[in-house]
Amino acid sequence: MNLYLKFFSMHLKGQMQYKFSFFLTLFGQFIGAFSSYLALYFMMTRFHKVADYTFNEVIIVFATMMFSYSIAECFMRGFDQFEKIIANGEFDRMLIRPKNIIFQIMTSKIDFSRLGKLIQAIIILAYAIPTSEIIWTADKITTLLLMIAGGTIIFSGIYIIYASLCFYTLEGLEFINIFTNGALEFGKYPISIYGKTMVKIFTYFIPYTLFQYYPFLYLVGRSQNSLYAILPIGTVFFLIPCYLLWKIGLKHYTSTGS
Amino acid sequence: MKKYLSFFNIRFVNSLQYRAAAVTGIITQFAWGIMTILLFSAFYKTDASSFPMTFNQLASYIWMQQAFLALFMTWYFDTDVLESISTGNIAYELVRPIDIYNMWFTKNYANRLAKAVLRCLPIIIVAIFLPYPYNLAPPPSLEALLLTILTIFLGTSILIALSMLVCISTFYTVNNMGVRMVFLFFAEFLSGAIIPLPFFPNNIQTFINLTPFAAIQNIPFRIYVGHITGVAMYKGLALQFIWLFISILIGRLWLKKSLKKVIVQGG
Amino acid sequence: MIELKNIKKTYKIAKRESGLSNAVKALFKREYTKINALDDISFNIKEGEMVGYIGPNGAGKSSTIKVISGILTPDSGQCIINGLTPWKDRKEHVENIGVVFGQRSQLWWDVPINDSFELLKDIYSIDNKTYKKNLDELVSLLNIEEVIKTPARMLSLGQRMRCEIAASLIHDPKILLLDEPTIGLDAVSKIAVREFIKKINKEKKTTVILTTHDMQDIEALTERILLIGNGKILLDGSLNELKKKKSPIKKVVLDFKDGQISEIKCIEGLSLVSNINGHAEISVNTDILAVSDMIKLISSKLNLTDISVAGTSAEELVVSLYKEFQI
Repeated sequence: MNLYLKFFSMHLKGQMQYKFSFFLTLFGQFIGAFSSYLALYFMMTRFHKVADYTFNEVIIVFATMMFSYSIAECFMRGFDQFEKIIANGEFDRMLIRPKNIIFQIMTSKIDFSRLGKLIQAIIILAYAIPTSEIIWTADKITTLLLMIAGGTIIFSGIYIIYASLCFYTLEGLEFINIFTNGALEFGKYPISIYGKTMVKIFTYFIPYTLFQYYPFLYLVGRSQNSLYAILPIGTVFFLIPCYLLWKIGLKHYTSTGS
Repeated sequence: MKKYLSFFNIRFVNSLQYRAAAVTGIITQFAWGIMTILLFSAFYKTDASSFPMTFNQLASYIWMQQAFLALFMTWYFDTDVLESISTGNIAYELVRPIDIYNMWFTKNYANRLAKAVLRCLPIIIVAIFLPYPYNLAPPPSLEALLLTILTIFLGTSILIALSMLVCISTFYTVNNMGVRMVFLFFAEFLSGAIIPLPFFPNNIQTFINLTPFAAIQNIPFRIYVGHITGVAMYKGLALQFIWLFISILIGRLWLKKSLKKVIVQGG
Repeated sequence: MIELKNIKKTYKIAKRESGLSNAVKALFKREYTKINALDDISFNIKEGEMVGYIGPNGAGKSSTIKVISGILTPDSGQCIINGLTPWKDRKEHVENIGVVFGQRSQLWWDVPINDSFELLKDIYSIDNKTYKKNLDELVSLLNIEEVIKTPARMLSLGQRMRCEIAASLIHDPKILLLDEPTIGLDAVSKIAVREFIKKINKEKKTTVILTTHDMQDIEALTERILLIGNGKILLDGSLNELKKKKSPIKKVVLDFKDGQISEIKCIEGLSLVSNINGHAEISVNTDILAVSDMIKLISSKLNLTDISVAGTSAEELVVSLYKEFQI
């Protein structure tokens, strides 16, 4: 939408004003992603494989997670930092504007420095794609793109859940970290290495497997089931309970003041 | 001494107030610990022979990490300290009859300790009762236990002394974020906080063991799980003393020089 | 226009006490206190009226404003503003109100004020022609021509406040809610802001609700005041009438050359407050002694060189009101 693009360029302009600290934060994000990669690298170098997955396969999962996480973090930053928006009264201001609240939150913060992780992901993919044994036909490419899109949707949904919880309390929400940062750290390997129970939990509870595991199996040729390739589309359904929780939280906020 | 106790007290009471935060913090750490152990378990099942320690040792190591996270977290910088340097308020501190290095050091320590005390007991207690080999096992000997406690405190001190150096660098930089970021990366990674040092490639390990970072949490936890035994434990202890001495010495000297510069320039 | 009927709102606040033993107790059981923020609030405001909403902190002012703006849903009661219920018809209702929160900014911090205005234009879907007209008018009236190219963070409080007010009026709202708009401003800016609000109210018939602690704002702008205390509307009336009713006491400051000040003391209705070298302060009870009579009497006894008569300031009036209602 036109208005969104206006906000987009406004944020871009604003952040570019502080070039030094922007690039510093960008670099910091990159370094963080890099150390995550380094840990993976050391482990894979020592063990050569994990649960039968090769290094090349694992880094595709890693890159997918980094990619989708950084996009979600950049564009949904308003939800990620929602505790600030509530605490300083900015949210009340949003309620007084005749525009969709979710739109306002999304446009309140667009943090391009988060894309430092994206740079790491792109570098990894630049290595992984040509060196893998995958034959990159159209369906494989689509699968990879869908995986990334699905990941972005899941992480965005989790941010919305976090923001909804902020309506109730601003303390004790640390645990959401497990599903964002934690998912990033532990999800850099295919989920199946944690056991069948984990796979089940993360299909029916928060559907990480829909973008990180099943389509991945198809991508690397471990499964011929082409249905797996389009499973990421199912992540959209995850947004439904997220949105419901948001609505409930919003109602709660407007009836208890601030 | 009294004022340091009061720092601790205020922090502690404060953290009790936020009971929701305390509970969810513990749950978060717990989940993190379990996932980490499961991750290592996957690697263990793949190739147990490449595992540098027994699986139970690894599990105990991970639980120790979680229990004492507050003591060893590298991203904690006392914002008051950083601010007082960048705003120049430190000039006021100089007029007071206290030793600044000691004050900052003990303040940092008190804060970490207050944070740690609340978290470590629940985690330790639950971790002990987990099924083998995922549990927190007892140390191999009383000697090891005592040395663990000693080396934990020394390790924390080294970390604080190193972060003091980062703080002092604020005197010389306009925007300190870059220095902190680099420090964070090295400290986190090289201290074994991301993956324990024994899992690093062997040649890199020999190199890292020469750095002060390896003396922070790596030595205490490996003594506890019995990965470092016998004389090696005392060698590790000695190494800690050396690094602590060096970093405090450099810190104090550098601070003195920096403060002189501040006074000379008129704040 | 604005109609509030029997609005009620109660908050539960967790008790937090200091000390170690209380903190441990709180770990297991939380105690709550109930606060009646709005206790059966009812009032009507006509189109084009300017109302001062006063009361001590915690009396319920901001809760009322939140209900009116639609941010807060009351526990019970009705609120109808131009046919809409604020918290139910949020988007529609909000297009017609402008809000200025004195201590918080609605302008985007790092971009030129102009850009903030442009964004508001899109948010309120204002057409280009109307936008240009409103903008030009607001910019010239508020004298912000030179500052609209600078980012908000670089402006002084006075400049920023004027921009905030402009921002809240760009979309021609029928109702303007001002929450402490002159707080922290220097005298010149305060007067500028007050003049502007008066003008807008006169020319555009904008309904204005002003909550403030600055009694000079009230004196300069509003005729009608609503006093809220402990969640209840304690007073709803004209400022002037209140002044007349509340305090017949007037303060008289005079300078005189010859004459004995002691001669005044025996005049009924007069009492001497201070006298230093011919500069005296007297208080007059106008219920007993009319001002004109007082002047006649005093000038017959003293050789006056200067005299000034002042009524109760709004400040004093409010203090006495607070005392009377025990809030």
